[in-house]
Amino acid sequence: MLIIEGISKTFGKGSINEKLAIDDLSLAVNKGDFISIIGSNGAGKSTLLNCISGVYGVDSGSIVLDGIDLTRLPEHKRSKYIGRVFQDPLRGTAFDMTIEENLAIANTKNKSIGLQRGLNKKERDLFREKLALLDMGLENRMKQKVKLLSGGQRQALTLFMAVISKPKLLLLDEHIAALDPNAANKVLALTDEFSKTPDLCTLMITHNMKVALEYGNRTILMKDGKIAMDLHGKEREKMTVEKLIAQFDIDNDRMLL
Amino acid sequence: MTFGAVLGSVELGLIYSIMALGVFLSFRTLNTPDLTVDGSIVTGMAVSAMICSVGGNPWLALVAAFIVGCFAGFITALLNTKLGIQPLLAGILVMLGLYSINLRIMGGKSNVAIIKSDTIYKNFREFAQTEYSSIILGLIILTLITACFYYFLKTRLGFALRATGDNEDMVRASGINSNTMRLIGMGLSNGLVGLAGGLLAQYQSVADIGMGVGMVVVGLASVIIGEAVFGTRSLIRRLIAVSLGAILYRMIIAFAFNLGMPSTDLKLVSAVIVTFALSTGALGEKFSIPTLFQKVGAKNANN
Repeated sequence: MLIIEGISKTFGKGSINEKLAIDDLSLAVNKGDFISIIGSNGAGKSTLLNCISGVYGVDSGSIVLDGIDLTRLPEHKRSKYIGRVFQDPLRGTAFDMTIEENLAIANTKNKSIGLQRGLNKKERDLFREKLALLDMGLENRMKQKVKLLSGGQRQALTLFMAVISKPKLLLLDEHIAALDPNAANKVLALTDEFSKTPDLCTLMITHNMKVALEYGNRTILMKDGKIAMDLHGKEREKMTVEKLIAQFDIDNDRMLL
Repeated sequence: MTFGAVLGSVELGLIYSIMALGVFLSFRTLNTPDLTVDGSIVTGMAVSAMICSVGGNPWLALVAAFIVGCFAGFITALLNTKLGIQPLLAGILVMLGLYSINLRIMGGKSNVAIIKSDTIYKNFREFAQTEYSSIILGLIILTLITACFYYFLKTRLGFALRATGDNEDMVRASGINSNTMRLIGMGLSNGLVGLAGGLLAQYQSVADIGMGVGMVVVGLASVIIGEAVFGTRSLIRRLIAVSLGAILYRMIIAFAFNLGMPSTDLKLVSAVIVTFALSTGALGEKFSIPTLFQKVGAKNANN
């Protein structure tokens, strides 16, 4: 489904700050895969997702999603196929617009954007019905501005916006890191539920190794811009946080939490 | 203040309201203070005056003023998005360049008088036969523009525009080209400013090269005063507030002159008003105008 072949990305080429963030990385993601990505700071996890989504162009290699070559497409064009949730809950929504208006923008991803009405009754009903599934009472607050929502509510809304237009790929960049434990669990449960959408591939970066092993069907450990470990099937089932630490000298305390 | 002065302020205010809506689009909706306004309003005036002076249809002159305004905004947006020039600087550059272009449009003269030509104000006065004709016409035009603008902001394109000012990351993640949105937004914003310029030239029967100086400040003042006094709860309320802010601003200026201030101090007064209005944010909620009103209200209630 998603085929990444030999991509590399260097920041600040030729300067003293030159950093090879992604080093000849290849990855094949199957339909329906839910992959958790772990690795210490600077391992290239976020850069990988940003290269896939088009925030950065790659220096070499190719990225193909369901037969569509994304490598040279600009960010907004790739977004038609990709849903994204960022770590910062503020980044995923337009704060000065209402919940329903935010949803309407997310919902028009694959439609033409012109002088059609931004929102009609049919869409409102659909949003209300679907928002109720989040179980946060947002369905009764659709005309409120997003800036009035809590971080957890915003992140749940962003996640919902990311999947509403039925993307082929869902990219989650530490999307629960900024949330309190309760909200994090809620958003994780929703992530798990949404990831079961048929044919949807999900890549989730997390610093929480327990979460990484518990959710999804595959776990990747990144180190120095490469994939250092690719766990799935039986091997992954037997893996524990302790064994992971023993096997790879993980130097980041945050990952143990 | 005489009744005539109040009437005059409202008439002017109704025109400046349209400019204020344009400034609202760039300053609030796109979150970019746009200095192109100082140039594009004169471009609108110049085009409108020149078309009227050669006996052209004054309504057509307004359409032309709107279109040239749009182009000025496009250029600013392109300098910003394609060449990576900061929005503020891009606006200054276009404003500067427009000064020469405006002079060219006006045939190399620094002002064009159209006292003898047809204007929409003259035509409507003959048609309506009342001394309030300018106010009625201004109100009709403003209502139409506000309604169109409101419905535009409620379309899919309008949503995308508003989101661009809020959060460009989210807009790109939603498959929308944020640069295109900036282009459309800045174009439309300056189109409204150009239209206001076109109306202004016809209202005053003159276009003057120096009239653009400080217009962006007037626009900002209108937006801020309007929002502070009349509220921002819903989008339509906000648009009406901005228009009322422009009228209120003209009233304040007229009042200042009425107190005996020389008209050459106009720009200084404008600058002070805007400084005060902008600083209400820095001074905190305590000093914001709605809060002050509430306090006065509470005091009165206690008495």
